[in-house]
Amino acid sequence: MAGPTIDALGQFSLTPGLGPLGRAVDFSNSNEAMLAAAVIIVGIFAMGLRARALIPGRGQAVVELLYEFVHNMCVDTIGEEGLRFFPLVFTIFSFILLGNLLGLFPYFFAFTSHIAVTLSLALFVFVFSTGVGFYTHGLRFFKFFVPHGVPGWLLPLLVPIEIISYLSRPVSLSVRLFANMTAGHVMWEVFAGFMLMLVASFGIFGVFASVVPLGLNVALAALELLVAGLQAYVFAILTCLYLHDAVHMH
Amino acid sequence: MRRIATIALLSLSPAAACAEGTMPQMDFANPLTSYQVVWMAVILVALYLLLARWGLPEMGKVLANRASVIAQDLAAARAAKITADQAVAALNATMSQARGAAGAEVAQAVAKAKAEAMAQAAALAASLDQKLAESEGRIAAARSAAMAAIKPVAAEAAASILQKLTGNAPEADILGQRVDAALAAGKAA
Repeated sequence: MAGPTIDALGQFSLTPGLGPLGRAVDFSNSNEAMLAAAVIIVGIFAMGLRARALIPGRGQAVVELLYEFVHNMCVDTIGEEGLRFFPLVFTIFSFILLGNLLGLFPYFFAFTSHIAVTLSLALFVFVFSTGVGFYTHGLRFFKFFVPHGVPGWLLPLLVPIEIISYLSRPVSLSVRLFANMTAGHVMWEVFAGFMLMLVASFGIFGVFASVVPLGLNVALAALELLVAGLQAYVFAILTCLYLHDAVHMH
Repeated sequence: MRRIATIALLSLSPAAACAEGTMPQMDFANPLTSYQVVWMAVILVALYLLLARWGLPEMGKVLANRASVIAQDLAAARAAKITADQAVAALNATMSQARGAAGAEVAQAVAKAKAEAMAQAAALAASLDQKLAESEGRIAAARSAAMAAIKPVAAEAAASILQKLTGNAPEADILGQRVDAALAAGKAA
């Protein structure tokens, strides 16, 4: 059957961005979205910090809300030592949150749906938190893989399990974000393409029938909004948890 | 759950899934796939430096300033409350003291007035008693005077009556005794 087909994955394809200059330095449409996210974050800080009012206005309240949310997440999860990592966690959280949210807009690129992006973020978190662990505790950090209060004969079994679970952290961290974002965008594209197929196949009846996938996409939009916020939060809180493990070793 | 749904949807439309061949995310032959990570690193480092050096500390200052202002206001309010409490306590003390003093004064005045009234009443009663006694004395004197005046009259009258009846003048001693006895009997009767 000739007519529209569903190209669910084309939305993820990388193309050169920022014109000929970007093409020369391999700056992609994904990086355009990252730049937009960073500029928006810095922009809302600039707007929110303009008044520095005792009683915040709207713009300031947004920045304060974000600040205190991540601040409390750091302190509650890592402890008072967590304030050292607050700028890092804030950068990661706001970058992923803005990336997820920008990806929801039509014609915007969701860079968090790329495994290369999420995996490098997760690997950075993994290497950084492991580095913090060795920096804080030296070689005693290896004790982290030896569970407390376990009979000695179980250790040969448990230590490899602990090591495997530790090493699988970046995989689960990156695949969780990548899969959630990819799945949401694929479903959107599939239902939207289905509407075009219905119209092409059944004419005027297809127009009426396509109300059903349209309604599904509207409901999906609400779900995706939730997922965008939730996955950014999950990534940030897991980063905090890994840092907590590195600092406190339990 | 969501991944299962995606796989189910993709398997429902295998033509769609195969249209592109592979996922663009897995197309590592495309240099853009790996270069986006390099550019992401550049963007993230810039974002981190901006946030860590400027945005977050400035926001922290605003929040710390607010916290200190709130703390100061609370301290001032607490101090004002303590002062107000002290003032209320002082007011209550003064009030109760004044009330006690006023009560004592009233009681004193009442007692004084009562004493004065009693003294006046006693004086009045004394003077009345005195006047009564005087009057009684005068009455008794008048009566005894009258009684004393009655005796010669009665004796004269009895003497003249006896003279007219008998022609003889009675003996004055006997007459006097009889008149006395008669008067005493009359008084007794």
